[in-house]
Amino acid sequence: MAGIKNTILIEFEELEEIIYLLQNISEVDLSGYSKSSLKRRVERFLQVEKMDLVDLKNAIVNVKDFHNYFIQELVVNVTEMFRDPQFFVSLKKNVIPYLKTYPQIRIWSAGCSTGEEAYSTTILLNETNILDRSFIYGTDISPKALEIARKGVYSLNKIKSYTENYLQTSPTSDFSSHYTAMYDAAIINKEYRSKVLFSTHNLVSDHAFNEFQLIMCRNVMIYFDKDLQKRVLKLFYDSLSLFGFLCLGSKESLYAHEIKDNFKVIDKKYNIYQKIK
Amino acid sequence: MPTATEIILIGGSAGSYTLIAELLEQLPSYFQAAICIVLHRNRQYDTQIEKSLSRKLRRNILSAVDKMDICMNHVYFAPAGYHLLVEPDFTFSLDGSEHINYSRPSIDVLFETAAQIYKDKCTAFLLSGANSDGARGLHVVEEYGGKIIIQDPNQAPIQTMPLAGQRETINPEIWNDSQIISFFNKLN
Ligand SMILES: C[S@@+](CC[C@H](N)C(=O)[O-])C[C@H]1O[C@@H](n2cnc3c(N)ncnc32)[C@H](O)[C@@H]1O
Repeated sequence: MAGIKNTILIEFEELEEIIYLLQNISEVDLSGYSKSSLKRRVERFLQVEKMDLVDLKNAIVNVKDFHNYFIQELVVNVTEMFRDPQFFVSLKKNVIPYLKTYPQIRIWSAGCSTGEEAYSTTILLNETNILDRSFIYGTDISPKALEIARKGVYSLNKIKSYTENYLQTSPTSDFSSHYTAMYDAAIINKEYRSKVLFSTHNLVSDHAFNEFQLIMCRNVMIYFDKDLQKRVLKLFYDSLSLFGFLCLGSKESLYAHEIKDNFKVIDKKYNIYQKIK
Repeated sequence: MPTATEIILIGGSAGSYTLIAELLEQLPSYFQAAICIVLHRNRQYDTQIEKSLSRKLRRNILSAVDKMDICMNHVYFAPAGYHLLVEPDFTFSLDGSEHINYSRPSIDVLFETAAQIYKDKCTAFLLSGANSDGARGLHVVEEYGGKIIIQDPNQAPIQTMPLAGQRETINPEIWNDSQIISFFNKLN
């Protein structure tokens, strides 16, 4: 570990030691995460917690449940409602008409963080009159993020920027009709909250748990290396019904993966795919 | 195209675009290194810079793609809204974590991660800008044995970034615009 003018930098070998320790004492397996990205997260953790590597290793081994806290701090939870507004426009235009043909619609928001993506989707489903037939499963590795997701309460500052995103989706209603403002925060309407079930699910180690017509996993797989991406894509493939849709983040594509042959490209720019075989 | 074993990094913000366009124009048709650029820009502009430069320079100027191999003789820009990182297997990764120095992409993030992989095969340029992103990263490049060059603050349209670079580093080279341009012109 080196300190360069208040910057903590660890070596890749040191990162591997931490990954190995975690694997041994818990189910947490970070070996498939992008190394440089993960390393920066560990360095940031050390900086914030004012720990050095020895402290960190001690804590991992000796402090009960420390690893759960640690991993929640390592993952990147940054999210927004209607993130990439044009993606939601495309979803409405290209995917919703298909979903309408199903009597029951099951949707999975994988790596849902604090719930914004799932709630944005419920609003879209409401605007297209299929919310009553739909149900969303929001899953994430972070219990802390899921806790916030379940409450559906966001600061008014955030709501303000979410409103700007929403306005770019050519909405048919006012954003303010979807939440109730209180003091400096807003709570998403119950009709939406009751349509989402948030629970923990680890994409690295947990299995398929249902069959879906739509899976969204956006801005999660950029943190995974190519092998892990491949495994997770297989999990999504297995969890999709035939002609179901897979939506990835704006910088995530199937392009470099063999499994792309089983999908049809619906939107190249916003990475929407349909399982065709 | 084989993986690049040498990397040239450019970090720029307000006032750096013209110089970047100019030095790219001077590139020979073939060079060994990979060139990676972080230019602070508005998220709305998306990939327009890459597109217009590609057309103008008649060479492929790419937005770096997640998990893409870093290839010699290629010019990459960090896409708007994401940090660009260099991975130990000589690929890129993108990351949507918090802004650094109010910036995403942040110059520091690219410089820091590239320095630790490419070590003395890393050359980094810090150009005009109105904030201090890149200064710390430049120092990391230096610490890992790379070469660091700062645009002469007297020639930079906005000095803040070059000055911060000078403050944070030990032994930077200070080059004027024609020195910088001729460096790219003479690459092989
Ligand atoms: C950047 S957020 C993406 C949120 C949302 N999908 C979006 O695009 O705005 C990434 C999320 O992936 C979660 N994550 C990381 N590793 C995971 C894993 N192995 N299994 C499930 N979720 C994971 C993180 O906890 C984090 O909440």
